[in-house]
Amino acid sequence: MAKLMIPTPLRQFVDGQDTVEVEASTVGEALDKLTSQHTELRRHLFSDEGKLRSFVNVYMNDEDIRYLERDKTAIAEGDTISIVPSIAGGKHVG
Amino acid sequence: MSANPVSPNPSPNAAALSNDEIQRYSRHLILPEVGMEGQLKLKQAKVLMIGAGGLGAPLGLYLAAAGIGKIGMVDFDVVEMSNLQRQVIHGTSDIGRPKIDSAAERMADINPYLEIVKYNTRLSSENALDIFKDYDIVVDGTDNFPTRYLVNDACVLLGKPNAYGSIFRFEGQATVFGYQDGPCYRCLYPEPPPPGLVPSCAEGGVLGILPALVGSIQATETVKIILGKGETLSGRLVLYDALNMKFRELKLRRNPDCPLCGDHRTIHALIDYEQFCGIPQQAAEPEPEAELNEWEIDARGLKAKMDRNAPVFILDVREPHEFQICSIPNSVLIPLGDLPKRVGELNTADDIVVHCKSGMRSAKAINFLETVGFTKLKNLKGGILAWSDDVDPTVPKY
Repeated sequence: MAKLMIPTPLRQFVDGQDTVEVEASTVGEALDKLTSQHTELRRHLFSDEGKLRSFVNVYMNDEDIRYLERDKTAIAEGDTISIVPSIAGGKHVG
Repeated sequence: MSANPVSPNPSPNAAALSNDEIQRYSRHLILPEVGMEGQLKLKQAKVLMIGAGGLGAPLGLYLAAAGIGKIGMVDFDVVEMSNLQRQVIHGTSDIGRPKIDSAAERMADINPYLEIVKYNTRLSSENALDIFKDYDIVVDGTDNFPTRYLVNDACVLLGKPNAYGSIFRFEGQATVFGYQDGPCYRCLYPEPPPPGLVPSCAEGGVLGILPALVGSIQATETVKIILGKGETLSGRLVLYDALNMKFRELKLRRNPDCPLCGDHRTIHALIDYEQFCGIPQQAAEPEPEAELNEWEIDARGLKAKMDRNAPVFILDVREPHEFQICSIPNSVLIPLGDLPKRVGELNTADDIVVHCKSGMRSAKAINFLETVGFTKLKNLKGGILAWSDDVDPTVPKY
Protein backbone atom coordinates (compact mmCIF):
# COMPACT_ATOMS: atom_id res chain seq x y z
CA MET A 1 0.00 0.00 0.00
CA ALA A 2 1.48 3.37 -1.00
CA LYS A 3 0.38 6.67 0.44
CA LEU A 4 0.22 9.56 -2.06
CA MET A 5 0.26 13.12 -0.70
CA ILE A 6 -1.91 15.40 -2.83
CA PRO A 7 -0.99 19.12 -2.84
CA THR A 8 -3.61 21.83 -2.32
CA PRO A 9 -4.00 22.89 -6.00
CA LEU A 10 -4.72 19.30 -7.11
CA ARG A 11 -7.07 18.27 -4.29
CA GLN A 12 -10.08 19.44 -6.28
CA PHE A 13 -9.42 16.56 -8.70
CA VAL A 14 -9.41 13.88 -5.96
CA ASP A 15 -12.63 14.87 -4.16
CA GLY A 16 -10.75 17.16 -1.78
CA GLN A 17 -8.62 14.44 -0.20
CA ASP A 18 -5.09 15.32 0.97
CA THR A 19 -3.86 11.72 0.80
CA VAL A 20 -4.87 8.80 -1.37
CA GLU A 21 -3.79 5.21 -0.79
CA VAL A 22 -3.25 2.81 -3.67
CA GLU A 23 -1.88 -0.71 -4.02
CA ALA A 24 1.29 -0.48 -6.10
CA SER A 25 4.87 -1.71 -6.23
CA THR A 26 6.43 1.19 -8.19
CA VAL A 27 5.91 4.95 -8.29
CA GLY A 28 4.78 4.72 -11.93
CA GLU A 29 2.17 2.14 -11.04
CA ALA A 30 0.95 4.22 -8.09
CA LEU A 31 0.50 7.31 -10.29
CA ASP A 32 -1.24 5.22 -12.95
CA LYS A 33 -3.71 3.89 -10.40
CA LEU A 34 -4.26 7.32 -8.92
CA THR A 35 -4.99 8.91 -12.31
CA SER A 36 -7.21 6.08 -13.46
CA GLN A 37 -9.30 6.50 -10.30
CA HIS A 38 -9.30 10.28 -10.77
CA THR A 39 -9.15 10.82 -14.52
CA GLU A 40 -9.23 14.63 -14.44
CA LEU A 41 -5.97 14.64 -12.53
CA ARG A 42 -4.16 12.96 -15.41
CA ARG A 43 -3.70 16.01 -17.65
CA HIS A 44 -2.38 17.99 -14.70
CA LEU A 45 0.38 15.46 -14.06
CA PHE A 46 1.21 14.08 -17.50
CA SER A 47 1.68 15.57 -20.97
CA ASP A 48 -0.19 14.11 -23.96
CA GLU A 49 2.85 11.91 -24.56
CA GLY A 50 2.47 10.51 -21.04
CA LYS A 51 5.56 12.25 -19.64
CA LEU A 52 5.50 13.78 -16.18
CA ARG A 53 5.07 17.52 -16.69
CA SER A 54 8.09 19.75 -16.10
CA PHE A 55 6.32 21.81 -13.41
CA VAL A 56 5.38 18.72 -11.39
CA ASN A 57 7.90 16.83 -9.28
CA VAL A 58 7.32 13.52 -7.57
CA TYR A 59 9.15 12.54 -4.40
CA MET A 60 9.62 9.14 -2.86
CA ASN A 61 9.78 10.02 0.84
CA ASP A 62 12.16 13.05 0.71
CA GLU A 63 13.97 12.20 -2.55
CA ASP A 64 13.08 13.39 -6.06
CA ILE A 65 12.36 10.32 -8.25
CA ARG A 66 14.41 11.97 -11.04
CA TYR A 67 17.44 11.07 -8.89
CA LEU A 68 16.14 7.58 -8.09
CA GLU A 69 14.75 5.29 -10.79
CA ARG A 70 12.00 7.65 -11.95
CA ASP A 71 8.69 5.82 -12.51
CA LYS A 72 10.40 2.48 -11.86
CA THR A 73 11.32 3.51 -8.29
CA ALA A 74 10.17 0.68 -6.04
CA ILE A 75 7.78 1.28 -3.16
CA ALA A 76 8.11 -0.43 0.20
CA GLU A 77 5.51 -0.65 2.94
CA GLY A 78 5.17 2.69 4.73
CA ASP A 79 6.69 4.81 1.93
CA THR A 80 5.13 8.14 1.08
CA ILE A 81 4.92 9.54 -2.42
CA SER A 82 4.51 13.32 -2.68
CA ILE A 83 3.33 15.22 -5.73
CA VAL A 84 4.84 18.72 -5.59
CA PRO A 85 3.80 21.11 -8.36
CA SER A 86 5.18 24.64 -8.67
CA ILE A 87 2.86 27.09 -6.94
CA ALA A 88 2.57 30.87 -7.23
CA GLY A 89 -0.02 32.76 -5.26
CA GLY A 90 0.82 36.24 -6.50
CA LYS A 91 -0.60 38.27 -9.33
CA HIS A 92 0.61 37.49 -12.83
CA VAL A 93 2.39 40.79 -13.19
CA GLY A 94 5.96 41.57 -12.32
CA MET B 1 12.70 54.01 -13.11
CA SER B 2 13.09 55.96 -9.93
CA ALA B 3 15.41 54.95 -7.11
CA ASN B 4 14.84 57.20 -4.15
CA PRO B 5 16.78 56.69 -0.96
CA VAL B 6 14.77 57.62 2.12
CA SER B 7 15.84 57.97 5.74
CA PRO B 8 19.50 58.78 5.01
CA ASN B 9 21.35 56.62 7.43
CA PRO B 10 21.90 58.66 10.58
CA SER B 11 24.56 56.16 11.62
CA PRO B 12 27.03 56.44 8.77
CA ASN B 13 29.74 54.53 10.55
CA ALA B 14 29.20 50.99 9.24
CA ALA B 15 32.12 49.63 11.25
CA ALA B 16 30.68 50.37 14.70
CA LEU B 17 27.42 50.59 16.62
CA SER B 18 26.34 53.72 18.46
CA ASN B 19 25.12 53.44 22.05
CA ASP B 20 21.53 53.73 20.82
CA GLU B 21 22.10 50.92 18.35
CA ILE B 22 23.66 48.76 21.06
CA GLN B 23 20.52 49.23 23.15
CA ARG B 24 18.26 48.54 20.18
CA TYR B 25 20.03 45.31 19.22
CA SER B 26 20.83 44.12 22.76
CA ARG B 27 18.84 40.87 22.37
CA HIS B 28 20.93 40.07 19.30
CA LEU B 29 24.20 41.19 20.88
CA ILE B 30 23.82 38.79 23.80
CA LEU B 31 23.22 35.86 21.44
CA PRO B 32 26.60 34.21 20.86
CA GLU B 33 25.57 33.37 17.25
CA VAL B 34 25.06 37.06 16.47
CA GLY B 35 27.04 39.20 18.91
CA MET B 36 28.76 42.40 17.93
CA GLU B 37 30.43 40.77 14.94
CA GLY B 38 27.13 39.47 13.57
CA GLN B 39 25.24 42.69 14.18
CA LEU B 40 27.91 44.61 12.26
CA LYS B 41 27.56 42.11 9.40
CA LEU B 42 23.83 42.82 9.38
CA LYS B 43 24.53 46.55 9.39
CA GLN B 44 26.88 46.23 6.43
CA ALA B 45 24.50 43.93 4.52
CA LYS B 46 22.50 44.99 1.46
CA VAL B 47 19.28 43.09 0.82
CA LEU B 48 16.93 43.56 -2.11
CA MET B 49 13.22 42.79 -1.64
CA ILE B 50 11.12 42.20 -4.73
CA GLY B 51 7.54 43.13 -3.87
CA ALA B 52 6.00 44.78 -0.82
CA GLY B 53 2.88 42.61 -0.64
CA GLY B 54 1.96 39.46 1.28
CA LEU B 55 5.44 37.98 1.63
CA GLY B 56 7.11 41.40 1.44
CA ALA B 57 5.20 42.65 4.50
CA PRO B 58 6.78 40.36 7.13
CA LEU B 59 10.08 40.45 5.24
CA GLY B 60 10.24 44.23 5.32
CA LEU B 61 9.20 44.48 8.96
CA TYR B 62 11.66 41.88 10.25
CA LEU B 63 14.60 42.79 8.03
CA ALA B 64 14.19 46.41 9.12
CA ALA B 65 13.93 45.45 12.79
CA ALA B 66 16.95 43.10 12.52
CA GLY B 67 19.17 46.00 11.53
CA ILE B 68 19.99 45.25 7.89
CA GLY B 69 21.98 48.31 6.80
CA LYS B 70 20.53 48.79 3.34
CA ILE B 71 17.23 47.45 2.04
CA GLY B 72 16.17 47.94 -1.57
CA MET B 73 12.50 47.47 -2.47
CA VAL B 74 11.00 46.98 -5.92
CA ASP B 75 7.24 47.46 -6.31
CA PHE B 76 4.90 49.55 -8.45
CA ASP B 77 1.52 48.61 -6.94
CA VAL B 78 -0.76 50.70 -4.74
CA VAL B 79 -2.35 49.54 -1.49
CA GLU B 80 -5.88 48.18 -1.93
CA MET B 81 -8.49 47.28 0.68
CA SER B 82 -8.23 43.56 -0.18
CA ASN B 83 -4.47 43.61 0.59
CA LEU B 84 -4.95 44.43 4.27
CA GLN B 85 -6.11 40.91 5.24
CA ARG B 86 -2.46 39.79 4.96
CA GLN B 87 -0.14 42.68 4.02
CA VAL B 88 0.40 43.88 7.58
CA ILE B 89 3.08 46.42 6.66
CA HIS B 90 0.27 48.62 5.26
CA GLY B 91 -2.65 50.16 7.14
CA THR B 92 -6.15 51.28 6.29
CA SER B 93 -4.99 54.89 5.97
CA ASP B 94 -2.50 53.78 3.27
CA ILE B 95 -5.18 52.67 0.79
CA GLY B 96 -4.42 54.23 -2.58
CA ARG B 97 -0.77 55.01 -1.74
CA PRO B 98 2.13 53.32 -3.51
CA LYS B 99 3.01 50.22 -1.50
CA ILE B 100 6.65 51.15 -1.62
CA ASP B 101 5.98 54.47 0.15
CA SER B 102 3.74 52.94 2.76
CA ALA B 103 6.18 50.07 3.44
CA ALA B 104 9.26 52.34 3.55
CA GLU B 105 7.55 54.68 6.00
CA ARG B 106 6.65 51.82 8.33
CA MET B 107 10.16 50.32 8.11
CA ALA B 108 11.82 53.69 8.76
CA ASP B 109 9.61 54.05 11.82
CA ILE B 110 10.64 50.62 13.10
CA ASN B 111 14.31 51.36 12.49
CA PRO B 112 15.56 54.84 11.59
CA TYR B 113 19.12 53.54 11.08
CA LEU B 114 18.12 51.87 7.83
CA GLU B 115 18.93 53.06 4.36
CA ILE B 116 15.91 52.21 2.21
CA VAL B 117 16.15 52.45 -1.57
CA LYS B 118 12.80 52.55 -3.38
CA TYR B 119 12.51 51.29 -6.95
CA ASN B 120 9.03 52.32 -8.03
CA THR B 121 9.09 50.19 -11.14
CA ARG B 122 8.18 46.84 -12.61
CA LEU B 123 11.15 44.48 -12.40
CA SER B 124 12.12 43.49 -15.95
CA SER B 125 14.84 41.82 -17.96
CA GLU B 126 16.05 45.32 -18.85
CA ASN B 127 16.55 46.63 -15.30
CA ALA B 128 17.05 43.52 -13.13
CA LEU B 129 20.81 43.06 -13.44
CA ASP B 130 21.41 46.75 -12.91
CA ILE B 131 19.29 46.81 -9.74
CA PHE B 132 20.56 43.47 -8.36
CA LYS B 133 24.27 44.22 -8.73
CA ASP B 134 24.31 46.55 -5.70
CA TYR B 135 22.92 43.92 -3.29
CA ASP B 136 24.25 40.82 -1.49
CA ILE B 137 21.02 38.82 -1.25
CA VAL B 138 17.73 38.96 -3.12
CA VAL B 139 14.37 37.99 -1.59
CA ASP B 140 11.51 37.42 -4.00
CA GLY B 141 8.19 38.26 -2.44
CA THR B 142 6.17 38.70 -5.62
CA ASP B 143 5.21 35.06 -5.99
CA ASN B 144 4.37 34.92 -9.69
CA PHE B 145 6.02 32.79 -12.34
CA PRO B 146 7.55 35.39 -14.70
CA THR B 147 9.18 37.32 -11.84
CA ARG B 148 10.27 34.12 -10.15
CA TYR B 149 12.19 32.89 -13.23
CA LEU B 150 13.55 36.41 -13.82
CA VAL B 151 14.80 36.72 -10.22
CA ASN B 152 16.23 33.19 -10.31
CA ASP B 153 18.09 33.74 -13.56
CA ALA B 154 19.42 37.18 -12.60
CA CYS B 155 20.60 35.84 -9.21
CA VAL B 156 22.41 32.87 -10.77
CA LEU B 157 23.99 35.04 -13.48
CA LEU B 158 25.27 37.44 -10.80
CA GLY B 159 26.07 34.73 -8.22
CA LYS B 160 23.69 36.07 -5.55
CA PRO B 161 21.62 33.90 -3.20
CA ASN B 162 17.84 34.05 -3.47
CA ALA B 163 15.65 33.43 -0.42
CA TYR B 164 12.55 31.90 -1.96
CA GLY B 165 8.98 31.54 -0.74
CA SER B 166 5.65 30.77 -2.30
CA ILE B 167 2.12 30.48 -0.98
CA PHE B 168 -1.15 29.01 -2.15
CA ARG B 169 -4.39 28.90 -0.12
CA PHE B 170 -3.16 27.05 3.02
CA GLU B 171 0.14 25.80 1.66
CA GLY B 172 3.61 27.30 1.57
CA GLN B 173 7.01 26.41 0.14
CA ALA B 174 10.37 27.90 1.09
CA THR B 175 14.03 27.31 0.28
CA VAL B 176 17.22 29.13 -0.72
CA PHE B 177 18.31 29.05 -4.35
CA GLY B 178 21.63 29.85 -5.98
CA TYR B 179 23.63 29.72 -2.76
CA GLN B 180 27.12 28.27 -2.91
CA ASP B 181 26.82 25.11 -5.02
CA GLY B 182 23.13 24.61 -4.30
CA PRO B 183 20.33 24.22 -6.81
CA CYS B 184 18.41 27.01 -8.53
CA TYR B 185 14.68 27.25 -9.26
CA ARG B 186 15.18 25.85 -12.76
CA CYS B 187 16.80 22.73 -11.26
CA LEU B 188 13.53 22.19 -9.39
CA TYR B 189 11.13 23.23 -12.15
CA PRO B 190 12.67 23.62 -15.62
CA GLU B 191 9.48 25.20 -16.98
CA PRO B 192 6.44 27.04 -15.60
CA PRO B 193 2.92 25.66 -15.91
CA PRO B 194 0.86 27.16 -18.72
CA PRO B 195 -1.25 30.12 -17.51
CA GLY B 196 -4.66 29.13 -16.23
CA LEU B 197 -3.73 25.62 -15.08
CA VAL B 198 -2.94 26.91 -11.58
CA PRO B 199 -5.07 29.67 -10.06
CA SER B 200 -3.43 32.66 -8.31
CA CYS B 201 -4.33 34.02 -4.85
CA ALA B 202 -6.68 36.48 -6.54
CA GLU B 203 -8.59 33.51 -7.96
CA GLY B 204 -7.76 30.84 -5.39
CA GLY B 205 -7.65 32.81 -2.14
CA VAL B 206 -5.03 32.68 0.58
CA LEU B 207 -5.15 32.41 4.37
CA GLY B 208 -4.02 35.85 5.55
CA ILE B 209 -1.59 34.47 8.12
CA LEU B 210 0.13 32.11 5.68
CA PRO B 211 2.51 34.68 4.11
CA ALA B 212 3.54 35.75 7.62
CA LEU B 213 5.09 32.36 8.24
CA VAL B 214 6.60 31.88 4.77
CA GLY B 215 7.93 35.46 4.62
CA SER B 216 9.44 34.98 8.08
CA ILE B 217 11.25 31.86 6.86
CA GLN B 218 12.64 33.92 3.97
CA ALA B 219 13.75 36.65 6.38
CA THR B 220 15.33 34.06 8.71
CA GLU B 221 17.31 32.51 5.87
CA THR B 222 18.44 35.96 4.74
CA VAL B 223 19.73 36.80 8.21
CA LYS B 224 21.45 33.39 8.55
CA ILE B 225 23.23 33.79 5.21
CA ILE B 226 24.47 37.24 6.29
CA LEU B 227 25.63 35.91 9.66
CA GLY B 228 27.14 32.78 8.12
CA LYS B 229 25.58 30.79 10.93
CA GLY B 230 23.47 27.67 11.09
CA GLU B 231 22.36 25.52 8.22
CA THR B 232 20.48 27.27 5.43
CA LEU B 233 17.60 25.77 3.45
CA SER B 234 19.81 25.50 0.36
CA GLY B 235 19.20 22.00 -1.01
CA ARG B 236 16.05 21.53 1.06
CA LEU B 237 12.47 22.50 0.27
CA VAL B 238 10.22 23.11 3.25
CA LEU B 239 6.53 22.39 2.64
CA TYR B 240 4.12 23.88 5.11
CA ASP B 241 0.47 22.85 5.30
CA ALA B 242 -1.31 25.33 7.57
CA LEU B 243 -4.65 23.52 7.45
CA ASN B 244 -3.19 20.35 8.98
CA MET B 245 -0.27 22.22 10.64
CA LYS B 246 2.34 19.96 9.13
CA PHE B 247 5.87 20.77 8.05
CA ARG B 248 7.72 18.46 5.67
CA GLU B 249 11.11 18.66 4.06
CA LEU B 250 12.25 17.41 0.64
CA LYS B 251 15.75 17.19 -0.81
CA LEU B 252 16.66 19.48 -3.67
CA ARG B 253 19.63 18.80 -5.88
CA ARG B 254 21.45 20.87 -8.42
CA ASN B 255 20.49 19.39 -11.78
CA PRO B 256 23.66 18.73 -13.83
CA ASP B 257 21.51 19.30 -16.94
CA CYS B 258 20.11 22.63 -15.71
CA PRO B 259 20.35 25.12 -18.61
CA LEU B 260 21.20 27.92 -16.16
CA CYS B 261 23.47 26.46 -13.47
CA GLY B 262 24.26 22.97 -14.81
CA ASP B 263 27.46 21.63 -16.29
CA HIS B 264 26.70 22.73 -19.85
CA ARG B 265 24.93 26.05 -19.54
CA THR B 266 22.86 27.36 -22.41
CA ILE B 267 21.37 30.42 -20.71
CA HIS B 268 23.84 33.29 -20.41
CA ALA B 269 21.50 36.30 -20.43
CA LEU B 270 18.01 37.25 -19.29
CA ILE B 271 15.11 36.44 -21.61
CA ASP B 272 11.50 37.61 -22.05
CA TYR B 273 9.85 35.99 -19.01
CA GLU B 274 6.25 36.91 -19.82
CA GLN B 275 6.69 35.05 -23.08
CA PHE B 276 8.52 32.17 -21.36
CA CYS B 277 5.53 31.81 -19.04
CA GLY B 278 3.09 31.99 -21.94
CA ILE B 279 1.54 35.27 -20.84
CA PRO B 280 0.41 37.52 -23.66
CA GLN B 281 1.71 41.07 -23.46
CA GLN B 282 -1.71 42.70 -23.22
CA ALA B 283 -2.46 40.60 -20.13
CA ALA B 284 0.42 42.31 -18.38
CA GLU B 285 -0.64 45.81 -19.42
CA PRO B 286 -4.41 45.80 -19.79
CA GLU B 287 -5.78 48.71 -21.79
CA PRO B 288 -8.44 50.25 -19.54
CA GLU B 289 -10.37 51.78 -22.43
CA ALA B 290 -9.73 48.97 -24.90
CA GLU B 291 -12.51 48.48 -27.43
CA LEU B 292 -14.77 45.46 -27.12
CA ASN B 293 -13.98 42.40 -29.17
CA GLU B 294 -16.86 40.92 -31.13
CA TRP B 295 -17.17 38.20 -28.48
CA GLU B 296 -17.31 40.64 -25.59
CA ILE B 297 -20.07 42.67 -23.98
CA ASP B 298 -19.50 45.32 -21.33
CA ALA B 299 -21.48 45.65 -18.09
CA ARG B 300 -23.54 48.60 -19.34
CA GLY B 301 -24.33 46.72 -22.56
CA LEU B 302 -25.59 43.74 -20.57
CA LYS B 303 -27.67 46.00 -18.30
CA ALA B 304 -29.24 47.65 -21.36
CA LYS B 305 -30.13 44.24 -22.80
CA MET B 306 -31.72 43.22 -19.50
CA ASP B 307 -33.63 46.53 -19.24
CA ARG B 308 -35.24 46.03 -22.62
CA ASN B 309 -36.09 42.42 -21.67
CA ALA B 310 -33.99 41.05 -24.52
CA PRO B 311 -33.70 37.27 -24.08
CA VAL B 312 -30.32 36.59 -22.55
CA PHE B 313 -29.05 33.69 -20.49
CA ILE B 314 -26.47 34.84 -17.93
CA LEU B 315 -24.04 32.07 -17.06
CA ASP B 316 -21.87 32.57 -13.97
CA VAL B 317 -18.84 30.23 -14.00
CA ARG B 318 -17.42 31.19 -10.60
CA GLU B 319 -17.33 28.93 -7.54
CA PRO B 320 -20.37 28.56 -5.22
CA HIS B 321 -18.62 30.43 -2.36
CA GLU B 322 -18.07 33.39 -4.69
CA PHE B 323 -21.71 33.29 -5.79
CA GLN B 324 -22.65 33.62 -2.11
CA ILE B 325 -20.72 36.89 -1.91
CA CYS B 326 -22.52 38.50 -4.85
CA SER B 327 -24.23 37.68 -8.13
CA ILE B 328 -25.88 39.31 -11.13
CA PRO B 329 -29.71 39.05 -11.08
CA ASN B 330 -31.15 35.97 -12.81
CA SER B 331 -27.75 34.49 -13.49
CA VAL B 332 -27.25 30.72 -13.40
CA LEU B 333 -24.24 29.28 -11.62
CA ILE B 334 -22.24 26.47 -13.23
CA PRO B 335 -18.62 26.55 -11.97
CA LEU B 336 -16.03 26.36 -14.75
CA GLY B 337 -14.81 22.96 -13.58
CA ASP B 338 -18.36 21.50 -13.73
CA LEU B 339 -19.15 22.91 -17.16
CA PRO B 340 -18.17 19.83 -19.23
CA LYS B 341 -20.51 17.54 -17.29
CA ARG B 342 -23.34 20.10 -16.97
CA VAL B 343 -23.23 21.51 -20.48
CA GLY B 344 -26.56 19.76 -21.18
CA GLU B 345 -28.26 22.40 -18.99
CA LEU B 346 -27.45 25.02 -21.64
CA ASN B 347 -29.18 25.58 -24.98
CA THR B 348 -27.19 26.43 -28.11
CA ALA B 349 -30.16 28.52 -29.33
CA ASP B 350 -29.89 30.96 -26.39
CA ASP B 351 -27.90 34.17 -26.37
CA ILE B 352 -25.49 33.40 -23.56
CA VAL B 353 -23.45 35.97 -21.64
CA VAL B 354 -20.76 34.26 -19.58
CA HIS B 355 -19.19 35.96 -16.60
CA CYS B 356 -16.84 35.31 -13.70
CA LYS B 357 -15.03 37.65 -11.30
CA SER B 358 -12.91 39.53 -13.83
CA GLY B 359 -13.24 37.79 -17.19
CA MET B 360 -10.50 35.15 -17.27
CA ARG B 361 -12.46 32.04 -16.34
CA SER B 362 -15.42 33.11 -18.45
CA ALA B 363 -13.08 33.39 -21.46
CA LYS B 364 -11.99 29.81 -20.81
CA ALA B 365 -15.63 28.75 -20.50
CA ILE B 366 -16.36 30.35 -23.87
CA ASN B 367 -13.40 28.56 -25.47
CA PHE B 368 -14.80 25.31 -24.16
CA LEU B 369 -18.42 26.03 -25.16
CA GLU B 370 -17.28 26.87 -28.71
CA THR B 371 -15.69 23.45 -29.02
CA VAL B 372 -19.01 21.78 -28.22
CA GLY B 373 -21.09 23.73 -30.73
CA PHE B 374 -22.17 26.95 -29.01
CA THR B 375 -21.94 30.07 -31.17
CA LYS B 376 -24.14 32.73 -29.51
CA LEU B 377 -21.68 33.55 -26.75
CA LYS B 378 -20.45 36.80 -25.20
CA ASN B 379 -17.93 37.30 -22.43
CA LEU B 380 -18.80 39.95 -19.84
CA LYS B 381 -15.75 42.17 -20.02
CA GLY B 382 -14.24 42.75 -16.58
CA GLY B 383 -16.66 40.27 -14.97
CA ILE B 384 -18.78 41.05 -11.93
CA LEU B 385 -16.15 43.61 -10.82
CA ALA B 386 -17.02 45.70 -13.88
CA TRP B 387 -20.74 45.16 -13.11
CA SER B 388 -20.11 46.64 -9.66
CA ASP B 389 -18.10 49.55 -11.10
CA ASP B 390 -20.39 50.47 -13.98
CA VAL B 391 -23.90 49.22 -13.18
CA ASP B 392 -24.59 48.40 -9.55
CA PRO B 393 -22.17 49.77 -6.94
CA THR B 394 -24.10 47.94 -4.19
CA VAL B 395 -22.57 44.71 -5.51
CA PRO B 396 -19.55 44.14 -3.24
CA LYS B 397 -16.12 43.70 -4.78
CA TYR B 398 -13.94 40.94 -3.40
